[in-house]
Amino acid sequence: MLYFSKLRILFVTIFSLLFILIASSNLFKFDDSFFDKKINLGLDLQGGSYLLLEIDNEPVIEQKLQNLTTIIRNYFKEKNIKVNNIKIDNQIIFFNVADLDKQAVIDVFQDENSDLNPYYPRFKSHQLDIEDTGINLKVSFSRQGVINLKTSSQDQAIEIVRRRVDEVGTNEPNILKRGNDRILVELPGLDDPQRIKSLLGKTANLTFRFVTNDESDRFGVDKLKFEDGLEEATVSKRIIISGENLLDAQPKMDTQTNQTIVSFTLDRVGAKRFGKATSTGIGKQLAIVLDGKIISAPVVRDTIASGSGQISGGFTFQTATDLALLLRSGALPAPLEIIEERTVGPDLGQDSINAGMIALAIGFLLVIIFMFLKYKVFGLITNVTLIINLFLLLGILTLFEATLTLPGIAGIILTVGMAVDANVLIFERIKEELKGESNNILAFDGGYTKSRTAIIDANITTLLAAIILFFMGSGPVKGFAVTLGVGIFTTLFSVYFIARLFTSLYVIRNKNKEKLI
Amino acid sequence: MIAFNKYYNQFNILSMLLITASLLLLIFKGLNYGIDFKGGTLIELRSSDSKINVSSLRDKFNQMDLGDVSVKKFGNDTDFLIKFENKDNKKNIIEEIKKNLDSSFGSNYDFRRVENVGPKVSAELLKAGVIAISLSLAVMLIYIWIRFEWQFSLGAILALFHDVIVTLGIFSLFSLEINLSIIAAVLTIVGYSMNDTVVIFDRVRENLRKYSDIKIFELTNISINETLSRTIITSATTLLALLAIFFFGGEILKGFSLAMILGVVFGTYSSIYIANTVLVRLRVSQKTVLREDDNKTV
Repeated sequence: MLYFSKLRILFVTIFSLLFILIASSNLFKFDDSFFDKKINLGLDLQGGSYLLLEIDNEPVIEQKLQNLTTIIRNYFKEKNIKVNNIKIDNQIIFFNVADLDKQAVIDVFQDENSDLNPYYPRFKSHQLDIEDTGINLKVSFSRQGVINLKTSSQDQAIEIVRRRVDEVGTNEPNILKRGNDRILVELPGLDDPQRIKSLLGKTANLTFRFVTNDESDRFGVDKLKFEDGLEEATVSKRIIISGENLLDAQPKMDTQTNQTIVSFTLDRVGAKRFGKATSTGIGKQLAIVLDGKIISAPVVRDTIASGSGQISGGFTFQTATDLALLLRSGALPAPLEIIEERTVGPDLGQDSINAGMIALAIGFLLVIIFMFLKYKVFGLITNVTLIINLFLLLGILTLFEATLTLPGIAGIILTVGMAVDANVLIFERIKEELKGESNNILAFDGGYTKSRTAIIDANITTLLAAIILFFMGSGPVKGFAVTLGVGIFTTLFSVYFIARLFTSLYVIRNKNKEKLI
Repeated sequence: MIAFNKYYNQFNILSMLLITASLLLLIFKGLNYGIDFKGGTLIELRSSDSKINVSSLRDKFNQMDLGDVSVKKFGNDTDFLIKFENKDNKKNIIEEIKKNLDSSFGSNYDFRRVENVGPKVSAELLKAGVIAISLSLAVMLIYIWIRFEWQFSLGAILALFHDVIVTLGIFSLFSLEINLSIIAAVLTIVGYSMNDTVVIFDRVRENLRKYSDIKIFELTNISINETLSRTIITSATTLLALLAIFFFGGEILKGFSLAMILGVVFGTYSSIYIANTVLVRLRVSQKTVLREDDNKTV
């Protein structure tokens, strides 16, 4: 156990130096890209905002079912099957057909090549489930159908969220999927997420619809409130153009009225429809509806065939800019709700870094002094090992560009406190061995061999706890699991390679000395 | 040699009292969950105006109809921690509060930290926390069951339960806040306590193989004494590191380091006075270990 080959000494030295170099790259600037890695600071240390958004898929499902009722009716009409009493209740479609046709209808739904009910061969499931209750037929989304629907609305939503966040122009945002109905947004360096929060809180569903006084409009009508919440107007359900028809939107100053407005450009389809509607609807009020509220309802004075127009509505420059941004980035498929928010100001982050570093320095110093007083020469060896261990730990975190959080710093300090355990186990064992063994080298050898199982056991238990914490914990706590877990490996390496190297050199040189430890 | 075994009975009774008291506290008083697990909003506020103090802040926040509001000093005189339920999960609550505070305090304050946890997330976090702790206990049980004979496993697990329950009991007694970092602390305690127990057990088993004529009562005492200096030194260095975090690591890590300090103290105690006494009470002997050895060679 005490013998170290020259090659091994060389390897250990180079390895340690390499990691010291990597760890120190956090302090200096290296030109080489390999060394230009840095430990990422968590949001709790650098300041920033963490937002967890949940997609409310209810309206999407309702809408899809609504469309489905029409599709089902038309589909079977072509097949000369009459669908009766179709209704939606609690996200389930119920309808009746003649008893003779029942099986035919069920077969259509259960046909793997059905164009009415898509089949997902990978999951061996249809989009919709059908059930004969005896009284009527019951159609609802299958488990897989709901999952697919959620994933697709998540895919759309994350794209829109990314566009909106990018447009605001924050520093390296991190936007990730969580589960199948959540989106995580991390915004480093942002200490007031108010604007982003309000931008993400809007679905931005824009429609242009005529105001009508005719309650019996054949498309149906909605009673909608104006943005200010005071007035109300009756608006036709017929959509002239929607946000999807927009090519661009920009905030502008109207030179005539000195008002801030949002000017927009339509795509070809939109321009054509807008032109037609404005030519037939001169004199009527055209309501501009955003998320169920009327922004404004100007009277159409002229045919607008150019495919561009403007929205006015008592905007400030900020609200006009935000509206233009929302319109450019497109509508969310479903409303988002912020279900978790954690924001740390940059000065608190800096304070946490300072406090963490002071605690690390003091903790380190206390442990070093204690070990030196207790073990003298061997304390010194432990301490040198401890310092290298710290560099190894920081080096690995740097190499993998891990995220360091405040609990992560606590994990490093704790590693310092617990890292001496292995060395202590060995030294105490050596002391015991020396009681019955006069040969120093043999006693040292025995100390290392006999303490090994205890050391491995002890470290595995801590490692298990760290692994569980890593997978179950969130955010800052994960950072703690990382430093604690990595710390175990660097500790074992530094104890068995570095400390043992020093110990062996010392023991071989003093093999005849009495009271060695 | 210290006669630890002289007090096995007394300390067993003490431990049982501690566990019973802790369980009663946990059942009847419960834990003081932070917003991570209860949901709600937390604001850390720093003021640069002496007019802003706990009572003026409390008055101001109580006027805002936010449900149950708690205002506390946080660390020094200029920092405050404000917590409230935010029952209706109002969207623009922070903006509203800012407007309200601006009207009376101007801009002499600053929000240093804002956390808002919705009811769904807090329920999930609590569930994840409970699962994490149970899972860690289960994993430890499996590990020790593989490594040692069942009597040892039982001892180690009882010691673990003791540490976790008593630490949580103390948190309940003093109404200290339970948040995500406390879960991290509890998991680390589980690892640490196990570590400490395993080192002594390792020695007990080694001694069981070595001496056939020493009774387990005496043998555990020998083993505890042989590993005692290691137990003390490791606990001491770990405590030194934790004390450094507690006193210098800032307010945010206070609860975490306190839980860890308690855990280390109880972990060290339980390895000696719970884990070992279980071996004594189960009359573990050389046969227990040798039988297992035979099984393994077969």
